[in-house]
Amino acid sequence: MKLVARLTLHVCLFTAACFAAAPVPEAANPGEELARMADVSGHYGGHLTIGQRSEPKTLNPVTATDAVSREVIGRLMGDLIEINRSTQQIEPALAKSWKISPDGRTFTLQLRKGIRFSDGHPFDADDVVFSFNVYMDEAVDSPQRDLLIIDGKPILVTKLDQYTVRFALPRPYAAAERLFDGLAMLPKHLLEKQYHEGHFAQAWSLNVQASEIAGLGPFRLKQYVPGQRVVVERNPYYWKVDQKNQRLPYLDELVFLFVGTEDAQVMRFEAGETDIISRLSSENYNLLSREKSRVGSQLADMGPSLEYNFLLFNLNDLSGKKLDEVAGKQAWFRDLKFRQAISAAVDRESIVRLVYGARGAALWGNVGPGNRLWVNQTIPHPRQSAETARQLLKAAGYSWNAAGQLLDSARHPVEFSIITSSSNSQRMKMATLLQDDLSHLGMQVHVVPLEFRAMIDRVFQSFDYDAAIMGLGGGDADPNPEMNVWAFSGTSHLWHLRETQPATDWERELDQLMQQQMVTLDYAKRKQLYDRAQQLIAENLPFIFLGTPNILAGANAHVGNFHPAVLDPYTLWNADELYVRGPAQENAGIR
Amino acid sequence: MRTKTAIMVAVLAGLHVVLMFAGFFAPYDPTTQDRDLPYAPPTRLHFKDSSGFHLRPFVYAWTSVLGGDQPDSSQESSQESYKEDRSHEYPIRLFVSGPSYKLLGIYETSAHLFGVAEPGKVLLFGTDGYGRDELSRVLFGGQISVSAGITATIIALLAGSILGIIAGYYGRWIDESLMGLTELFLSLPWLYFLLGVRAFLPLHLSTIRTFFLLTGVIGLIGWARPARLVRGVVLSSRNRNYVLAARGFGGSDFYLLRRHILPETFGVLLTQAALLVPRYIAAEVTLSFFGLGVNEPVPSWGNMLSTLQQYSVLVSYGWLLAPACALVITSVIYSSLADVFHSRLKSYST
Repeated sequence: MKLVARLTLHVCLFTAACFAAAPVPEAANPGEELARMADVSGHYGGHLTIGQRSEPKTLNPVTATDAVSREVIGRLMGDLIEINRSTQQIEPALAKSWKISPDGRTFTLQLRKGIRFSDGHPFDADDVVFSFNVYMDEAVDSPQRDLLIIDGKPILVTKLDQYTVRFALPRPYAAAERLFDGLAMLPKHLLEKQYHEGHFAQAWSLNVQASEIAGLGPFRLKQYVPGQRVVVERNPYYWKVDQKNQRLPYLDELVFLFVGTEDAQVMRFEAGETDIISRLSSENYNLLSREKSRVGSQLADMGPSLEYNFLLFNLNDLSGKKLDEVAGKQAWFRDLKFRQAISAAVDRESIVRLVYGARGAALWGNVGPGNRLWVNQTIPHPRQSAETARQLLKAAGYSWNAAGQLLDSARHPVEFSIITSSSNSQRMKMATLLQDDLSHLGMQVHVVPLEFRAMIDRVFQSFDYDAAIMGLGGGDADPNPEMNVWAFSGTSHLWHLRETQPATDWERELDQLMQQQMVTLDYAKRKQLYDRAQQLIAENLPFIFLGTPNILAGANAHVGNFHPAVLDPYTLWNADELYVRGPAQENAGIR
Repeated sequence: MRTKTAIMVAVLAGLHVVLMFAGFFAPYDPTTQDRDLPYAPPTRLHFKDSSGFHLRPFVYAWTSVLGGDQPDSSQESSQESYKEDRSHEYPIRLFVSGPSYKLLGIYETSAHLFGVAEPGKVLLFGTDGYGRDELSRVLFGGQISVSAGITATIIALLAGSILGIIAGYYGRWIDESLMGLTELFLSLPWLYFLLGVRAFLPLHLSTIRTFFLLTGVIGLIGWARPARLVRGVVLSSRNRNYVLAARGFGGSDFYLLRRHILPETFGVLLTQAALLVPRYIAAEVTLSFFGLGVNEPVPSWGNMLSTLQQYSVLVSYGWLLAPACALVITSVIYSSLADVFHSRLKSYST
């Protein structure tokens, strides 16, 4: 009997050590300028578990590049200005207000007064200046640095007083406020030493002590168990309150469980072991919706994402590379009529139906219907027509032999291969459908699934490929992140990388349009420029656009305030507002 | 005993004839997509309708219930699901003409064992995600998978028996070095080895080339085990009295091998063959499963099964397991044949 009692005590102590220690939200300090979320309500307590495909690589917001790391880091860190994922508009965050000079080059930001990092240390302009110095430091090599260096010149960041910071841009920059989203503010008091000693990149690895990492996000690090999970707990100093002036977040804890594959994510969710799942494929979504009543979950189809999947032809300059075979085929790929014929032959409706299970949208341009603010509605959506494709090919000097094979003007049969990532079953499926569509035109197309990195290497480095199926976009609705694709010198100008000058007139015009929209501050004028850019892209088909999947997400029925969005991070962007419905969940141990 | 062997051999022969004449037994072309029928379940055969019982079975066409061009964006599933369209019956007919194919790769014909009138479809094993007839794909895929297994076995046995005979007959340093080599080959992690080999090859190989390359590599790696077995048999029979006697009468090495020693190895080789064929069929399946084998749209059991890597497909569309069943059945027949050979071999030697 005694033994049982003692054991129970031990178990209780153990669970208490695991869970009950969640920090209590601090009472508001006098003079603390909190952000009030007038339409948010919920109640405290409980924890949610999220299954992740892999382990985060780092907790350092400056050097993290992978989506999994960013998903965790985003919950720990705060930005000056945020993009509301649901409205796709900017909102004040750590900066409560800002002024833009009439020439659009100077931004003066007012910071919230009296707010604190998750370790209780106050936040002020020195932290902002420090953070920007780190992001723009060449030695740190942050992926965000490119955004902050405009025309080769960095943004000048000056502290005006303890709560005012001025940003001077070298030239006007459209939607510059959106730049601030995703630039986490760093605690100078914790990182300054490491930065000056020159090993900032090694700071805040996964092995960091919870006391050495602090941020302005709704949660703070509690525990990292290698190979298993990251646990984050409530930041008791978080600067947002709900309609009842209760300090957010509601949840005691968020648990990120490393489960492996997408299938494992689905199975864990099905079994009720995880509470939230995002980036579902339509097959898995359908699977879960059939099981919905049994599992008790809420599923959401948010409509088309901002991602675009496309067929890409290798138009790179291959001189000096020993790729004669590919170079020989480039004569076809460079011919606009050839690309138009392929675009006409592609059965996009089948792609939406068979690849996305009707939960997706066909695309004829780089901006899809999901991006309501920027899509050019005038771009035509011709239906698939093998007849049109044949006429285009005929007009371009192609012919067919007796066996129905397509021959070019030199009577060589048209045959090429499409590479695609073998880990992406949706793009593999697109390739197989495309192969069949093009075989009806007499083209012999091989589908070559490659390991993802091998494919990326061919597309970005060796240029040893004919055509590829890839996907881009999905970060933000604004055109600026697309600069690296459409500006001729961009790092993702995939069809013709490392150009020294635009290879064609339309590329020159496209480049000018993209540069112009970047310095145009008026939305209507920018839209006009971007509309023309989209039109040029759709007419000249550097990519043959195929389709975009819907954003599909799901959550356990007891998750309150679940509002997934089409922008990344799809489900956890409002993690501070999520709560557990009903009586606060029993602490049943980490399941 | 004899009847069991006879049955085994008959079943095996039947299986191979069906696969050889896949074009005739398959009602459709294995690569033709029907995009209105993705993941259609197997067609049910009916004998009864409102007018009574029919001796000739008939089928109904599948009509897609949901998942038209516009999904309801509500919460409900937009998954394609199918319902029988009872308005029209399509009786199964034998010896019909359908899509043309090349019989044995030479003779072009359009004769099929069975089929139904268009636009009806008889999909006995259902369809895959592109609306391709799974039965036709299993048959054509079996052509590739099984012949890959057999070719690889022949290569392995040929190489293995030649080297085994040399090692067993001549002995000494030849024996030692060859057997050392077999140990090396047996300890090779062949899957990783093949993954490595494939990575060095050019991007697109034609189906035929991939096929011979794979079988060649599988066979050449697999020579070690038969070589050791053959060597053992040769080694023991080399010193039998009748061999020594023949040698004493001045028989040449070649004569001794051909007349007295080789016949001793046949039993072992036959058993090995029956064991290796299913193993190498499975090897082809494994390689195709990892995307190293035959590429789309040409079917093989392995690349058909690789779609089942996705959990949702596996739990939703059970009929796509057909190639796995075919693989199991083939393997079982081959290994029971190996059993039969083995027990006969034993009864000979005792």
